[in-house]
Amino acid sequence: MGILIAAAVIAIISVAVGVLLGVLNDRFRVETDPREEKVRACLAGSNCGGCGYAGCDAYASAIVLEGADPSLCPSSDREEIGKIMGVSLAPSVRLTAFVKCSGSCAKTTQDYSYFDEKDCRIAYLAPRHGAKSCSYGCCGFGTCALVCQFDAIRIIDGLAVVDREKCQACGKCVGVCPNGLIELIPYDASYAVRCSSHAKGKLVRSACQSGCIGCGLCSRVCPTGAISVAGSLASIDQTKCIACGECVKKCPAGIIVKLNDKAADLFQPS
Amino acid sequence: MSGIASCVLGIISAALVNNVVLSRFLGLCPFLGVSKKTSTAVGMGSAVIAVIAASSFVTFLVNRYILERLGLEYLRTIVFILIIAALVQAVEIVLKKKMPSLYKALGVYLPLITTNCAVLGVAIDSAQKGYDLVNTMIYSVGTAVGFLVAIVIMAGIRERIEHNDIPEAFKGMPIVLVTAGLMAIAFVGFSGTL
Repeated sequence: MGILIAAAVIAIISVAVGVLLGVLNDRFRVETDPREEKVRACLAGSNCGGCGYAGCDAYASAIVLEGADPSLCPSSDREEIGKIMGVSLAPSVRLTAFVKCSGSCAKTTQDYSYFDEKDCRIAYLAPRHGAKSCSYGCCGFGTCALVCQFDAIRIIDGLAVVDREKCQACGKCVGVCPNGLIELIPYDASYAVRCSSHAKGKLVRSACQSGCIGCGLCSRVCPTGAISVAGSLASIDQTKCIACGECVKKCPAGIIVKLNDKAADLFQPS
Repeated sequence: MSGIASCVLGIISAALVNNVVLSRFLGLCPFLGVSKKTSTAVGMGSAVIAVIAASSFVTFLVNRYILERLGLEYLRTIVFILIIAALVQAVEIVLKKKMPSLYKALGVYLPLITTNCAVLGVAIDSAQKGYDLVNTMIYSVGTAVGFLVAIVIMAGIRERIEHNDIPEAFKGMPIVLVTAGLMAIAFVGFSGTL
């Protein structure tokens, strides 16, 4: 009986409070710019904070009221926002995070046993930036996966792998990776170099089975000059790439990978 | 002692001698969070006074005429929290309409008054001490004034030390905490006077 009275008291007070707040909210309604709501509807709605504002609501009101740059959200419907705000915005290029390392546990060796905190930012302070023989590679403790709000990064065999479908390109992982391995590339990009090692070819070979040795074959074979090799590491300029695929055929280390290819996708949802 | 004198003494006692922030260490979050500028500190302090006064009044009535009648004193915490949260929401709605600039300046700290333990602390304290309505109001308003005094002093000091040559390790929050500690020591001077 006592518990029923207690529950009834709480229920009655809650209802009274609810009614009071509802009435107040109605009496003191603040007229907001209708565009604000429309812009808000075009945003991703995940409150990831990638734009630099506190959340999608804050960013929408900043666009409408303070004239903030309306193109900061990579996963928004930019054309629609442009229409609402009366400006022409280039249609959004969907970006996706890409991990420039393929040194999984199977392909690289461990120089020593690492027993400290399982966090890449701490492992980075250890000799050779972690136990893996390659000092440029992925530490594999998943700090990027930890900060990802979209569950788009998994550690598979000691290597961070991005689920391109889930990635919203908020850029948080880019900021936390101590090795700077993650880059936002266009979702439609066809080829990318999955290595970040600036070490000389021989060293790379001894540390990892799949590392860029900087031979430069790809840049010689590329018809548009999109590939440059600097510091014994190839990189592809995605704006020039025409997706011919010559580089993949030539690459002796197999380090240039075809993206958007289900068969070659490392990410297999478990 | 006449009524007015004891009333004044009660307020001074609650505001200075038993200062809610500096000698009972309640409500530290807004005390440190919103004390960057004197103007917002005044706004926050005033909002806390309004919320504490209103919540003490309502919680007193609810406690005396509903909870104690039905023998449900153990529900105090949850009921008080409910009432405080609703009042804060109400203050927020009104502020948003009437004083948008203050609403913007307070930002996230306004909803955080809900979790300002000074507000709940005062309500529960006066319920446990069995104060009557007048004493509850004196006690709660005095406590809230004490919060306003503390946060405004803090904001004033922070504005002054802002551009001082503070050692690198002390910049930002550390020097603020040191300042709060020194202020607490200064307020110890009041203890025992009432």
